[in-house]
Amino acid sequence: MSQPAQDAQLLITGGLVIDPVQRTQRIADIMIRDGKIVAIDENIPAQAKLRGKVPTIDATGLVVAPGLVDMHVHLREPGFEYKETIATGTRAAVAGGVTSVACMANTRPVNDCPSVTRYILERAKAAQLARVHPIGAVSVALAGEQLAEFAGMHEAGIVAVSDDGMPVMDAELMRRALECAKMFDIPVIDHAEDKTLAAGGVMHEGAMSLRLGLRGVPSAAEDVMVARDVALAGLAKGHLHVAHISSANALETVRQARASGIHVTAEVSPHHLWLTDAAVEGYNTNAKMNPPLRTEEDRQALRAALADGTIDVVATDHAPHHKDEKDVEFDQAAHGVVGLETLLPLTLQLVHDGLLDLPTAIAKITSEPARILRLPAGRLEVGIPADLVIIDLDHEWVVSSESLLSKSKNTAFDGWGMRGRALVTLVDGRIVHDLRPNGAAATG
Amino acid sequence: MFERRHLLGLEGLSAEEITFLLDTSESFKEVSEREIKKVPTLRGRTIVNLFYENSTRTRTSFEIAAKRLSADTINLSASSSSAQKGETLTDTARNLAAMRPDAIIVRHPSSGAPHLLARHVDCPIINGGDGAHEHPTQALLDLLTIRSHKGQIAGLTVAIVGDLLHSRVARSNLFGLRTMGARVRFVGPPTLVPPHFAELGAELVNDLHEGLRDADVIMMLRIQRERMNGRYFSSLDEYSRLYCLSVEAVAKARKDVIILHPGPMNRGVEISSTVADGPYSVIMDQVTNGVAVRMAALYVLVGRRRGIEAAGEDAPAEPVPLRRAVAAE
Repeated sequence: MSQPAQDAQLLITGGLVIDPVQRTQRIADIMIRDGKIVAIDENIPAQAKLRGKVPTIDATGLVVAPGLVDMHVHLREPGFEYKETIATGTRAAVAGGVTSVACMANTRPVNDCPSVTRYILERAKAAQLARVHPIGAVSVALAGEQLAEFAGMHEAGIVAVSDDGMPVMDAELMRRALECAKMFDIPVIDHAEDKTLAAGGVMHEGAMSLRLGLRGVPSAAEDVMVARDVALAGLAKGHLHVAHISSANALETVRQARASGIHVTAEVSPHHLWLTDAAVEGYNTNAKMNPPLRTEEDRQALRAALADGTIDVVATDHAPHHKDEKDVEFDQAAHGVVGLETLLPLTLQLVHDGLLDLPTAIAKITSEPARILRLPAGRLEVGIPADLVIIDLDHEWVVSSESLLSKSKNTAFDGWGMRGRALVTLVDGRIVHDLRPNGAAATG
Repeated sequence: MFERRHLLGLEGLSAEEITFLLDTSESFKEVSEREIKKVPTLRGRTIVNLFYENSTRTRTSFEIAAKRLSADTINLSASSSSAQKGETLTDTARNLAAMRPDAIIVRHPSSGAPHLLARHVDCPIINGGDGAHEHPTQALLDLLTIRSHKGQIAGLTVAIVGDLLHSRVARSNLFGLRTMGARVRFVGPPTLVPPHFAELGAELVNDLHEGLRDADVIMMLRIQRERMNGRYFSSLDEYSRLYCLSVEAVAKARKDVIILHPGPMNRGVEISSTVADGPYSVIMDQVTNGVAVRMAALYVLVGRRRGIEAAGEDAPAEPVPLRRAVAAE
């Protein structure tokens, strides 16, 4: 994608280097040449007598990890450039330490054919920031009637198929999608929601929705769809990936399906890990998303499932919306929140809380999504492109919606205190984000 | 006392605040008994009725209340407002606010619409019914009616019967009655009485006769024909078979039971004509009390406002966003 810096060398010294694949960490130096990692070792400067001769980032006291992989992002281009563009979305990504994003197909036109896939990749190449991996539609125009062009899109570069935002209500179509996707060794990403049961609901169905007089979506709308789709994945012997899982019962279904040998993986969004339907109080439209924020019991079940491995990945479901689409009556407001710039600290907080160890937490946002999408990313190895993030685990900062780099400011975490931040982000060995006091490159 | 800027709902109001509103309403009842039904309290004030849903009773009641207080009133309905041209609620609100009204009464099909309005304008907002959320002045007039017949609200058993799920009247009454110390039973089929209502303090009963047992007050809700599409209940006839308030059903309640209905009634569907026109019915009292309650609400929010502002208490009521520090987790 982006041009590697010619003949450039860069040395990152003294950082705590995380290997999320092996789930290990050690103090080491990393040598980068021509955009690739050429050495990971203790005390490279002494060995190679490079001290002072190569540009060096002193990462003493910092964490060095693979660049993050966010497998659930809405970049909105083409068609909704007023919400986000590939350039602004990938700018927000690298500011959050994310170097690879998989972007959903619900653009206008829908990414249901190779020409749209190629357009997205060209725009990403022009932006020269994070790597972009398009996800193709399951069905033409997300209409749920006819399969999209999997072969052509795969040739053009899609890494998965999904009608995200629109559940595939037709069970036979879902079965066929799982069968066809298997030919290309790509997952079908499942927006698991039974539309007939959701029945136009705008938040989780429970005491809170009754109190606010808002139409509720029962957890069962997710539960029945996950149950249906793991059965279909078993039938098709395909790979089902459950997006933004939110219900405790659905987790149990995933657990059992996996135990019985069905290829099913799952992701959770940071907002479902940190918020409940109580956040809707006062008709807060930045707490409106699909699936909805659920109960404290669900939230605790999600955290436990992340720790026990039932949930493989934390992915943002970054869903930018213009202010005008949020500053309206709650039932009229658009679903979703931005997340790229808060993914890392909200995941690291799970380490601060003692829920996950550091390499496991990093794996949930690097090697695990890369494994599910079969991407050559999310790991630290000699010979691969130097997509890295240097993290200050203890950097404390406060989220301010107005200072987000995403074009849209619809965060659910405005005003929240965060601990941990991407200090420097590299893509192909190139510094694309730098918050160091005397940083070599501006962030934009 | 009542120091709030808006009347958005009864949830969260204290018993003292509700009592103050009821007492104030009581004092305004007398004005409507006069030959000249007008006091100069709100002379020179402008009250906007902003109605995004059809309403005859509530809008008329607010308009009469405002006029009896000598305020100028303007009625805007969705069909005549800019909503049809695509203007957003917030833009409509800002435009209205620029004309400096002294209060806006809003009825809207979206729950929370008055709250959105309150964030964008600086005059008092009175919720005239928002979606399935609240209808505070209706509940206040119900409370006033109950109090004037029963002497007090605390200790009473109130059975609210019908489509609880979609009813803003039921929610406002639940919050108000519970705060005032009454027991509240929600009576209806399981499809219209979801179990989570119990967490809000209601007792849930599916059988009409059981639900009415020893009730001091029966409040019938209007069944909206358009909602009975065969999903919640097979048909109006089926509903009526189980939940129509008949003389026999009323017999399960206390001898001195009173029967309320927010109107408009579907005679023969949720209430039999014999009961609606019978001795227990206080439905016409409700309508009369409606004007008094709305005069009180306007007086409290608009008439007393100058004094409150002079006293320095006047930060616009900001919504409280839910924010927690991550570190506090």
